[in-house]
Parts: sequence; structure tokens; C-alpha cells
Amino acid sequence: MGIQANPHKTTGFLGWIDDRFPLTKMWKDHISEYYAPKNFNFWYYFGGLAMLVLVNQLLTGIFLTMHYKPDATLAFGSVEYIMRDVPWGDLIRYMHSTGASAFFVVVYLHMFRALLYGSYRKPRELIWIFGCLIYVALMAEAFMGYVLPWGQMSYWGAQVIISLFGAIPVIGPDLVVWIQGDYVPSDATLNRLFSLHVVAVPFVLVGLVVAHIMALHEVGSNNPDGIEIKENKDENGIPKDGIPFHPYYTVKDIMGAVFFMILFSVVVFFVPEGGGYFIEAPNFVEANPSVTPDHIAPVWYFAHFYAMLRAVPDKLLGVIVMFGAVFILFAMPWLDRSDAKSIRYKGTPYKVSLALFTAACLLLFKLGTEPTTASKIIQARVGTIIYFAFFISLPWVSRMGTQKPVPERLTDGH
Amino acid sequence: MKRLITLICLLGLSAPVLAAGGAEPPYSFKPQLRNDASLQRGAKYFMNYCSGCHGLEFLRYQRMAKDLDMPLELVEENLIFDGSKPGQHIHTAMPAEEGAKWFGQAPPDLSLTARSRGPSWIYSYLLTFYVDPAKPLGVNNVMLPGASMPHVLWQLEGWKALAPHDDEDHGGGHGPAKPNFKTLEEGSLNTAEYRKVAGDITNFLAYAAEPGKVDRQNLGVKVIAYLIGLFILAYLLKREYWKDVH
Repeated sequence: MGIQANPHKTTGFLGWIDDRFPLTKMWKDHISEYYAPKNFNFWYYFGGLAMLVLVNQLLTGIFLTMHYKPDATLAFGSVEYIMRDVPWGDLIRYMHSTGASAFFVVVYLHMFRALLYGSYRKPRELIWIFGCLIYVALMAEAFMGYVLPWGQMSYWGAQVIISLFGAIPVIGPDLVVWIQGDYVPSDATLNRLFSLHVVAVPFVLVGLVVAHIMALHEVGSNNPDGIEIKENKDENGIPKDGIPFHPYYTVKDIMGAVFFMILFSVVVFFVPEGGGYFIEAPNFVEANPSVTPDHIAPVWYFAHFYAMLRAVPDKLLGVIVMFGAVFILFAMPWLDRSDAKSIRYKGTPYKVSLALFTAACLLLFKLGTEPTTASKIIQARVGTIIYFAFFISLPWVSRMGTQKPVPERLTDGH
Repeated sequence: MKRLITLICLLGLSAPVLAAGGAEPPYSFKPQLRNDASLQRGAKYFMNYCSGCHGLEFLRYQRMAKDLDMPLELVEENLIFDGSKPGQHIHTAMPAEEGAKWFGQAPPDLSLTARSRGPSWIYSYLLTFYVDPAKPLGVNNVMLPGASMPHVLWQLEGWKALAPHDDEDHGGGHGPAKPNFKTLEEGSLNTAEYRKVAGDITNFLAYAAEPGKVDRQNLGVKVIAYLIGLFILAYLLKREYWKDVH
């Protein structure tokens, strides 16, 4: 068959372009004739919002890069220069720092939506895997970005995270030196993290986002009922329960985006430190290799992994558990064996299991930001066990209990 | 929408719980960044009592004059002691090496102290100097035990000693108990007046830590008002389009 140029037979100037570039085809395939289920609810805003935040990070990042100096002696001062002397600099910087936290808020809610409605199930396994890779890249990006202001928490956070690689047997210590480019985090480390943060990882992130959306549009969106709308088409081949993405979901997502921007602005303009969870107070002290802060806490979005790391007595085992907690996500499409995709038709055991998993995650988030005590370590162990038990028991739990019959057509409108 | 409201409420409830933890300073201070009179007094006290040893390396005299509504000539005549140009940063007259020699450690720059330690910490620090003959300078501090800083405001506050704390639980277990001081020698100000001075200095340091804060908040009100208007339009647009979806 091959590619047919200008399949929509446009004419005039647009036709001239369409003969040479699939402009109309792309517009129709991905926007105006992309049929999405008509019953998207609250949980379906977060994918679009994640894209909005990504654009915010890229744009504000460009302007920050114009004024920031990736040099261990100048970095901290250059951030204050941005905050004080660059016109609108404080706004740009807070949009970027708040955007980092907002990115994780919307991504976590977006991932939770997938767990609710089985959006990772066949035929959407690759969408889920691309999504997990985005999450991994995002964590790397956020970690490296947090190092750049070169405050105390930047420095010691970098020291803790990079030293995790030192737990790897045999090559660990040399690997740490290779990553840092020095025996301790230093100017060389800062410089390479800057390069990765502004060039390499954003490229990877954007590429993965494109793959994520292409895979989504190839198979079509899931929905709160977890049924395939493409199985019920009218005489024109259009899903009976589908509506074109544009204008219906474009106007709906604009509304959602503006609502999100209101909340985002409240943080940016009035509480940019997020109560110490978005920007930690010790990070207003310049990095000092000879003074360790009283309490090294990760930013909130890594806190659950940090809680797991501290819950395991052995360092190597802790690192394995921590990375395992990320990589077990990839197996999700093959662990869930229920007949229904959506939680609406799954059995009670899955609902209970997901509720416990969610509670365990919230507990770990909380514990990871606090100094440890003996009782908190036990809580973190319980949380870690529940976290992994959710995944490991899923092949059985997802088949237990009575599942409700899945309807043929969507059960609710908008 | 109902779920969204629930979510926001939950986040709102959990925030203060999460933010708790860490010892609170005994005296709390909430900066009043719109109180120009207090900020101007704070700037005056800072330049007279503090700037000999402590700099504000990220704040420029000119910016301070503009933000605090002080005529630049007055600042140049009365608050710049080291011949700096108004566009320059507020550096201390004391070289860091000399400071380290005299005090064991160079006096820290105070540009961001209000953000790293918090205004209440600074306020409490200024209120808790006490006589301690065991220290080289004869003075110690509750917030920073062993601090090598002299009590530079002694003429204003006078001298006080730290009385042993009776272990009665005054606070009912809530919050830190205030340290118990005994006045040894009256200063030129009474306690309330001295606290006002400490408050003005703290307020000024809170300003110096983030000079753009008030302007940003003023802008924020406008931005959010605009976004609320835009949200209403976006909602109406969405409702109009979605009328034909059944």
C-alpha cells in the first residue's frame, strides 16, 4: 500500500502543503477525528495537565538557563541573582520549581487513574511501559534539577543518591567516582548534572511522551468502564460511544487546565516553598561539603522510596528494594488477570488491595520526609511489605471475589 | 467536581500536619513585609548594629531604598558606611579572614537567614542573649549555644541571666517553654521596646531574604482574578459544546 500523499484530497494552499507534508492527516488522526470515549471523568484531566506542566518546565527552563551558572562557586549566587536582579526572575524560577512538584502530583494521579480503570491492560501495555519510562526519566530529571541551585540539600541529596550506586558489589565505589567525576560531589558533578538536566534527559522525556501518545492514539483511549468503544461502531465506522477529541475534549481540557493554573498560581505567588516540601529551608544555605545538615530529607516526590531505603537494614538490599519498587510497575499489565479492566466491575479483594496499596504509599510519603525513629522504621517496613504485596498477590487477588459483568456500552455520559 | 473538592480539602488538611515537626523557636515572629516604617527602622538598626560584621551579599542598597520607599540620598548619607556605590551589594566592612581570626568563625552573611532558619528563629536569637561567664565574650545564646557573637544590642536591652527552668509543665506539653530570664542590668529600653527593635530587625531580614515577595503577591492577586474569570468563560464554552453529547 505504502503512504498515500494527501489522503483527504485537500486543495489550494492547504492542498499544496498536504501533497508534501501530512498536515491535514495529522490534524484529523490525532485531534479532530480521534474518537475518545464520551464518559471521561475527573481522573482523565491529568494526562493533558502533565503535558501542560512539561511545556511549562521547558519554557521556564530555557529562561533559567540564560541566567544560571553551572559552576560550584557561582551556582548558588546565580540563583539568587535570578531571584533578585533578573526581571520576572523570581516568577520564572518559582514556576519551574513549583512545576517540578506539580509534575509529580499530576503524574501520580495519572498513574492512579490507570490502576483504577485498568488502562495498562491489553492492548495498552506499551502505553503503560512508555509511561513508566517517562516516570523514570522524570525522576532522574527532577533529581538533577534539584542539585543545580547548589544549596545544602542539593549537595547532600546528591551525595546520598549518588552513593546508592556505591552499594553495587565490586564496581560500586569506582562507579560512584565515575558518576561524580570526583571523590565527592563537586564542580565536575554539578557541571555534568547541568548538561544532563538541560539537554539529554529533556530529549528523552519529550521523545517518550511522543511515543506514549502515538501508542495511545493507535489503540484508542480506555475509559472508566474499561470497555473497548471500537467494538461498537456505527455504519460510518465511528465508535457509537466516541466523540471527536476536538472540540469536545479540547474545550473540556482547557477548562481543566485553567482550573489547574489557578491552583498552580496560588503556590507560585503565595507559597512557593510549599511549606518546605517543594523547596526545603536548608537549601537557602550554600552547599558546604564540611557541614552535614541535621536532617537530610528528600523532596516529597521521592519520599516513599527514601522511606523504603531506610526501612531495609542492609544498604545493597535497600537499594534493590527501592529500585524494585519502580521496576515492578512495568510488570503491571501481566500481573492483573481479572476479566474486567475497570475497578467498577472487579471483585472486592482487588478494591481492598488497591486501597491498602494507596494507604501504604501515602504512609511512605509521610515517613520519608521525617527523621526516623524505631517505631517509624517498623511502620515503613509494614508500608514497604504492603507496597510489594499489592503487585505480587495481584495475579490471584485480581481473580478473587465476584466480578460484575462488564456492559457492552458505556454506562454513563459525561 | 465533588471528588476534586474532596481532594483539595484532604490536601489542605494534611498540609499543616505534614509541616509540623522540628523544634519551634520559643518566640514566634510573623514578618510584616508591607510595614515600611518597621522595615525602615529595621534597615537603620541593621546598618548601625549588624553590618559591621554581617553582610547582605545579595541585596543592593539601591534596591533596598526603592523597595522600602527611602530616598536614595538619605540612604547614601546615613546608611552606607563603607563608601559603597548605591548599586553595590551590602557587604560587611569586616574581611572574612579577620572575622575568622577574631571570632573563631567568620560572621555569616544574613541575606537568606530568614529563609534557611526562619524569622522566628532570628527573633528568638535576638531575644535570648544571656550572661555566661564561661564564654570568652561572657555571653551566650539559647538559640545557638556557644555562639561567638557578642550581645551587640546590650545598651538597648541591658544584661540578663538564664535562670534555671522550673520543670512545671507550663505549656501543657504544647510548644516549647519560654526560657526563664532574670534581669541583671537595665538597658535603655524596656522589654516591650526592645522586642520591637528585635522585631524590626527580623522584619528587615525577612525582607532582605526575598525582596520581590510583596510585588509578586500583588501580581498574584491579579493573575488569579484573571484566571478565575477565564475559568468561568472556559466552563461556559465547555457546557455549550457538551450540550449535544448524550
